[in-house]
Amino acid sequence: YIRTGSVFLAQTQDRLISLKRINSRLNVIGIPSEIISPKKVAELHPLLNVHDLVGAMHVPEDAVVSSADVALALASAASQNGVQIYDRTSVLHVMVKKGQVTGVETDKGQIECQYFVNCAGQWAYELGLSNEEPVSIPLHACEHFYLLTRPLETPLQSNTPTIVDADGRIYIRNWQGGILSGGFEKNPKPIFTEGKNQLEIQNLQEDWDHFEPLLSSLLRRMPDLETLEILKLVNCPETFTPDMRCIMGESPSVRGYFVLAGMNSAGLSFGGGAGRYLAEWMVHGSPSENIWELDLKRFGALQSSRTFLRHRVMEVMPLLYDLKVPRWDFQTGRQLRTSPLYDRLDAQGARWMEKHGFERPKYFVPPDKDLLALEQSKTFYKPDWFEIVESEVKCCKEAVCVIDMSSFTKFEITSTGDQALEVLQYLFSNDLDVPVGHIVHTGMLNQGGGYENDCSVARLSKRSFFMISPTDQQVHCWAWLKKHMPEDSNLLLEDVTWKYTALNLIGPRAVDVLSELSYAPMTPDHFPSLFCKEMSVGYANGIRVMSMTHTGEPGFMLYIPIEYALHVYNEVMSVGQKYGIRNAGYYALRSLRIEKFFAFWGQDLNTLTTPLECGRESRVKLEKGMDFIGRDALLQQKQNGVYKRLTMFILDDHDTDLDLWPWWGEPIYRNGQYAGKTTSSAYSYTLERHVCLGFVHNFSEDTGEEQVVTADFINRGEYEIDIAGHRFQAKAKLYPVTSLFTHKRRKEDVELSDLHGK
Amino acid sequence: MPSTLPFWILKNSARSGIAALQGGKRLYSRWASNGNEARWRLFSHLPGTRKSSVPCSGFALQKASRHTSTEEDDFQLQLSPQQVNEVLRAGESAHKILDLVSGVPNSVLRFESNQLAANSPVEDRRGIATCLQTNGLMFGIFDGHGGHACAQAVSERLFYYVAVSLMSQQTLERMEGAVESMKPLLPILHWLKRPGDSIYKDVTSVHLDHLRVYWQELLDLHMEMGLNIKEALTHSFQRLDSDISLEVQAPLEDEMTRNLSLQVAFSGATACMAHVDGVHLHVANAGDCRAILGVQEDNGMWSCLPLTSDHNAWNPAELSRLKREHPESEDRTVIVDHRLLGVLMPCRAFGDVQLKWSKELQHSVLERGFDTEALNIYQFTPPHYYTPPYLTAKPEVTYHRLRPQDKFLVLASDGLWDVLGNEEVVRLVVEHLAEAGRHKPDLAQRPANLGLMQSLLLQRKAQGLHAADQNVATRLIRHAIGTNEYGEMEPERLTAMLTLPEDLARMYRDDITVTVVYFNSDSIDAYYRGG
Repeated sequence: YIRTGSVFLAQTQDRLISLKRINSRLNVIGIPSEIISPKKVAELHPLLNVHDLVGAMHVPEDAVVSSADVALALASAASQNGVQIYDRTSVLHVMVKKGQVTGVETDKGQIECQYFVNCAGQWAYELGLSNEEPVSIPLHACEHFYLLTRPLETPLQSNTPTIVDADGRIYIRNWQGGILSGGFEKNPKPIFTEGKNQLEIQNLQEDWDHFEPLLSSLLRRMPDLETLEILKLVNCPETFTPDMRCIMGESPSVRGYFVLAGMNSAGLSFGGGAGRYLAEWMVHGSPSENIWELDLKRFGALQSSRTFLRHRVMEVMPLLYDLKVPRWDFQTGRQLRTSPLYDRLDAQGARWMEKHGFERPKYFVPPDKDLLALEQSKTFYKPDWFEIVESEVKCCKEAVCVIDMSSFTKFEITSTGDQALEVLQYLFSNDLDVPVGHIVHTGMLNQGGGYENDCSVARLSKRSFFMISPTDQQVHCWAWLKKHMPEDSNLLLEDVTWKYTALNLIGPRAVDVLSELSYAPMTPDHFPSLFCKEMSVGYANGIRVMSMTHTGEPGFMLYIPIEYALHVYNEVMSVGQKYGIRNAGYYALRSLRIEKFFAFWGQDLNTLTTPLECGRESRVKLEKGMDFIGRDALLQQKQNGVYKRLTMFILDDHDTDLDLWPWWGEPIYRNGQYAGKTTSSAYSYTLERHVCLGFVHNFSEDTGEEQVVTADFINRGEYEIDIAGHRFQAKAKLYPVTSLFTHKRRKEDVELSDLHGK
Repeated sequence: MPSTLPFWILKNSARSGIAALQGGKRLYSRWASNGNEARWRLFSHLPGTRKSSVPCSGFALQKASRHTSTEEDDFQLQLSPQQVNEVLRAGESAHKILDLVSGVPNSVLRFESNQLAANSPVEDRRGIATCLQTNGLMFGIFDGHGGHACAQAVSERLFYYVAVSLMSQQTLERMEGAVESMKPLLPILHWLKRPGDSIYKDVTSVHLDHLRVYWQELLDLHMEMGLNIKEALTHSFQRLDSDISLEVQAPLEDEMTRNLSLQVAFSGATACMAHVDGVHLHVANAGDCRAILGVQEDNGMWSCLPLTSDHNAWNPAELSRLKREHPESEDRTVIVDHRLLGVLMPCRAFGDVQLKWSKELQHSVLERGFDTEALNIYQFTPPHYYTPPYLTAKPEVTYHRLRPQDKFLVLASDGLWDVLGNEEVVRLVVEHLAEAGRHKPDLAQRPANLGLMQSLLLQRKAQGLHAADQNVATRLIRHAIGTNEYGEMEPERLTAMLTLPEDLARMYRDDITVTVVYFNSDSIDAYYRGG
């Protein structure tokens, strides 16, 4: 390979902020990079027009490799180690017996195998569907154009840095003394929507008209290239996924069926690492890093509609070079899964975000208020909805709010005998043998003690349990349960997500609203915290009422059979009027939960974090008389201590109005030394400060080795959070700020309140 | 705008010729003396008026001026160029043919097709399909009259008859075997462009039975290699027409089926189809659709080679055929006002049993209790109806051996040919090709540098050149209805034509269907060189 370095240009201040954020992250993982001035850019690359630049990021150690050479090198290395490569052989389908891969049927015969890896790139989707039990791999190809030129008169030096001009939507690099330049245009051309058979018919043609904006952008950046001779315009389709992240991992339905595809144009840069993780996954059963965000199981069959993929990739491809700001929502492929209340809430000003295809309200815009247009609302600073969410939070604290939280994944496990309890005791770390009607917060751990899922389980009867997990756990959790549950016809697992609409009544007056609607006493004496009861609300009977809110605030979750949803909502709103009820959205919820130090699975927690590392010892019952999954690891950790600790940071000298807002992934410095990264953040309207959650490590100053993190270690540090190169002082807390709990009813609330309200 | 309408309509009718104007007047006085809406509908369902760009232009003169005063709103509707494009493109279809057919480079490069309706519903049909059991690509244009039933039936069924006719004895045996043992049939056709949604889904089994009878008869002929293409085309046309005619005579249980067959038989359709297999091009034509070949000579000059002759009263060969087929006493009555028996413009067509059956047969069939009014069937006997049949579906088949200089084939219904001449059509297609060539600058021949390329692209962007018709068939239709009497494109005229109310559109223009087939000169060339 050739080390050329690369330069990322910023034409706007916002772009520069985003580069600064990347820069501070790169530095802490040991990749040298710096923010440089336009003048310095001109020195690095003589052909560049720098007049419209505000700055740039220089990564001097970036290198260029040829994908063909790499592939060839890998292939020959593999062959030397005994791997057989069958050229010009096409896979017809993968043979599966009893949910396990047994071999591959090709046009030249069968090959037996234990593992199969679908790396078919843009055909991975088709190949997945060709299975008898289809494996849905949501990805879609777009045409991608890049230009090759003949060499310059004075050919470019081979170490000329690669230029990425994201605002101009192009990349430019040296190619045999000439230029290779392509980009991610605003109006991509998706292809092969109907499948593979188009390959022969629609040969990929150059489309100069389509390339014109990118060419103009190139010539603006390098005006001297005008006289450069064109060699050709290459049309080489690239594959994109619905969320711009690649897809890897094992299929939830077929054991031994692995996938690695959908690299979003970054196949060469990510290929090495992705390959390593996949290999670890196949050999050890899990990769050595948390890669939930890349896991195939974050998607389900619901993302594999061809129309959805076609529309979504048209948004994803330009996004590669769009400015990425916090709280960005996809605009395409929306309104797929909705609550029965969707129209009702929408009419009241709801603004929506989407998770796993489900529309969820972010906040409600009051009738007299206008928000900025989508494009203009992109900011790294204080967003325009700040005051709206503030009033929603205030209402949650002082009166009562209702949030539609129907998207949560809901499972029911029932059995004829004690099988349900047994299997849950084995799968969960907390003790589930509780009296009927109790709710238990518990983790579903893996062998290493890490969280596979973080959920709340209500015991409905002696033999049936109701399990609530985060929205995007629908596929993963199902697969995990199926994998670990014994084949027992007396044990029934059912996905009831679609059967219930969930309303969260948050606030001190929730109790009044509910008791008025049910003529039942709802005070803590009659309805203690973390309790679940089926009762009537309004005319509707059989509503599951749970005394928890996913935020630590007082209130109730109502799980309503969907046909009653509108009725119950109307009743709650009309009765609630005198208590000051209003709609609220997830942004308010998020602010509430983060200020209470509630970590959320998928963001703060993952398969490599254990309950002990986030202060949840109380949710683990090591001595419950069952050797549950992960118990050994936890025992060991209890003895040896933890190497990282989830900590809450309160930003001190941060000006909410003027400073950049934290997001996630900001480096944490302890006594001036890098100690970890934040995982999430929110503004706390109660503390009037920003709160960040993040893991603190104890890296040895001499060797960089990880050492045990104690409470004392945390408490004795001076902390700073680095937001785009600017460090803000922060106070570290291991437990929530107690002054917040003005509405505290019982001590258990604090200890046991649920931690996963996203 | 209303004021401009009568103006160009007047010009248009003048251009159509005095004979036509007379014809129009005659019809007008005969059937539409009231001129009210109800009569109009009935009128337009009459076979006699299908060729209505002629009678109607005489008519339109009065109608239009009436409308300008009373129904101005209809004409005020303005379309943006964008909307115009959308309307024009709605019927587009294009396809690039596989480069290789069983290892042999295909002589057809691609085709582009489009259709614009004037009748409501449209009475034109088109179909494009490959024969799966024999090599060959088929393109068909079907222009219905007196309703769309016949055109639909013919467009759906004709290709199957042709495909079966071309099959070898062995393939036919396999087909027959499959049917006997209730196994799935070998696929016969692969449709590249289906002729509209089938309204005959329920009757396809009947159709299949008749197709089967046909191949059983072919089997009995014991011909090893099947018919040659010319015979196959002729047989298929005639066979299908006679099946259509027999289906309605045969007692059918199901009322739906019976009504449909009746509608098919009592409406009509002309058909023109091309069969391309390697360098062998056959065109079969019955009626007044037309197929022409665009030829580029070695010196670069373009010319036009018509492959069909229109079967109508202006065709002397047809005139003499008709006179030959009927007694001398009818010489004066066979063609009246340039129409067959004074009613039908084309002299060959499918269906139209009114001009094929004896009076007695017509009566006996219709007396079987059909609700002719509900079915929109107009029963009449033309004057001087002595020696039926007067009409035939026997096609005229032309064979052409494709040469490298044959660049494209245009098949279109008479809606296009009424307004554009052969040379004009060739010129428009050539222009389109030239523009498409500019569309993708050929880098191999003309090494451009980045700056030149950019300015070229920007220029093209500014002109909106690449936004113009990609599909040559759309371009032809645009010109057909948007060209004024001086041969210039007139956007106002185009808009006016497209905003005509549904019931008036047919007076100013006919259904237009165009398919343009591009040949691959390289593979044709290779064919000659390879022997």
